Amino acid sequence: MSAFSKKRWLLVGMAGLLLAAPAVFYPVFLMKLLCFALFASAFNLMLGYTGLLSFGHAAFFGGAAYVTGYLLQSQGVGTLTGIACGVLFALVLGALVGLLAIRRQGIYFAMITLALAQMVYFLCLELPQTGGEDGLQGVPRGSLLGLNLSNDLTLYYVVLAFTGAGILLIWRTIHSPFGRILLAIRENEPRALSLGYDVARYKWLAFVLSAGLSGLAGALKTLVFKFATLTDAHWHQSGEVVLMTILGGIGTLTGPLLGAATLVTLEDQLADKVGSLVTVILGATFVICVLLFPRGIVGAASEFIERLLGKSSPPPLP
Amino acid sequence: MIDIFGVPLLALLGQMLLGLVNGSFYALLSLGLAVIFGLLNVINFAHGAFYMMGAFAAWGLLTWTGIGYFGALLLVPPLIGLLGLVVDRLLLKRIAHLDPLYGLLLTFGLALVLEGGFRYQFGVSGESYEVPESLQGALDVGFMVIPKYRLWVIVVSTLVCLSTWLIIEKTRLGSYLRAATENPTLTQAFGINVPLMISLTYGFGVALAGLAGVMAAPIFQVAPLMGSNLIIVVFAVVVIGGMGSILGSVVTGLGLGLVEGLTKVYWPEASSTVVFVLMALVLVLRPAGLFGRSA
Repeated sequence: MSAFSKKRWLLVGMAGLLLAAPAVFYPVFLMKLLCFALFASAFNLMLGYTGLLSFGHAAFFGGAAYVTGYLLQSQGVGTLTGIACGVLFALVLGALVGLLAIRRQGIYFAMITLALAQMVYFLCLELPQTGGEDGLQGVPRGSLLGLNLSNDLTLYYVVLAFTGAGILLIWRTIHSPFGRILLAIRENEPRALSLGYDVARYKWLAFVLSAGLSGLAGALKTLVFKFATLTDAHWHQSGEVVLMTILGGIGTLTGPLLGAATLVTLEDQLADKVGSLVTVILGATFVICVLLFPRGIVGAASEFIERLLGKSSPPPLP
Repeated sequence: MIDIFGVPLLALLGQMLLGLVNGSFYALLSLGLAVIFGLLNVINFAHGAFYMMGAFAAWGLLTWTGIGYFGALLLVPPLIGLLGLVVDRLLLKRIAHLDPLYGLLLTFGLALVLEGGFRYQFGVSGESYEVPESLQGALDVGFMVIPKYRLWVIVVSTLVCLSTWLIIEKTRLGSYLRAATENPTLTQAFGINVPLMISLTYGFGVALAGLAGVMAAPIFQVAPLMGSNLIIVVFAVVVIGGMGSILGSVVTGLGLGLVEGLTKVYWPEASSTVVFVLMALVLVLRPAGLFGRSA
């Protein structure tokens, strides 16, 4: 069996599992998992494939969550329009933040995105439309193409379709010539520049795409939980998506999915047992992950397999 | 009564003073960040957590041992600095060979652990800490009345910042530090213990945060999350000032505090975001920061 068809079977198997999953798990939990899987994958497009650590992705996630929630609740627009406007908002915000942030690299990029995201957080707190400390509660899900979304199971398949499309888009992007150029920038920016590529433009495009997909994840999250709160836009959320991606394995397609699944499950299990100690456990996971396996679960696993097979040493860390 | 753009002069001066107090904290914290960044190439995300622990240490000393404010001012910074040494030896040294971003991530995790732990122990609302007796009351300087403690904070933090600058620019130890920042390998080849200097520098930077925490305790509520929102403003201050110069981070810190205070007078809603807007402007006009060298 060739490698290609093996991959295809794996994909078919995964799709089958996801379609059947609501029979075993609680749909809302699965939907949360899907939303964060998309969020982490979108984030990974920046960190893993362009080499830029954004510490402000909560602005796109939370911003879109608020926009979608506000439109659905107070303006009575259709569900699809609500989601589209949320994504549009994230795209525009991403375009603006991106223009500023890509002027610097590395640590500065992280600090700039963090500071700009904090600005969005304050807007979410202070604007009259956002409900202040309470956020938006009781957002109606509405209906999509005649399907009533108040049913959790129906919504699950809708969310699955959206996140699936989003992750497919990321996969296509990474394997396109555009994605190759992003990789080239990550590996050696001056060389990519000297080859004539407009590096700033590529970074900016990747940032906007990543922001838009994060916005999609945020908009879907509002639909699932029927609320948008300050937590969505807080910098802890930005940190959490970084942790998901690092934990799973940066620069791999499956890593963010695995990382998101691990973290969401962990939080779900721990929330009622340890209360506010969750933050401590998250932080400790962060520290341990960075110290012991900076390549994440997927990276560590493939390194282990490669060592078993006696292959060459892994590529250096970014 | 003189009005300036429709605001009474005294109210304006009062807000400017408040702004300078905030600016003193920005200056102390961004100074620590800049010193650490210079040698370790690490953005210390846990800086806000160390600041918070400084305030809690002052509160603890008073509550459990009866040691007052001035005792805390002397005891807490070395204590927090020692903790910083341990953190550097145990954690940061292990990832020194990796991309600086891993340092940011590690200290972010550390900040979560520390803040989460304190929140578990003390709750969200926190404790209050009295202004020491000798610094209570206000000083009448003729045209306005200044609360003594605020003046004290501004003077002390400016003095600390200036002496840090003097140590780094004018002493032998400072010259070692600058050499190690410029070229660690070569400096080590001259027989200077660079790894030790790195640990001491981290300890020193963190001690500055602890000192800021002690001074903040009587002004703000001593609460587990007091540092976590402050630190992001300080990041913006650092981006605006640029990492290049020590004096630059001090001037930027004080200046931005002042700007924030003025915004509170003329456009209160914008006061929480004005620093970030300024950051965006600086990035457009002068990406390396006001005092920075281009990377």
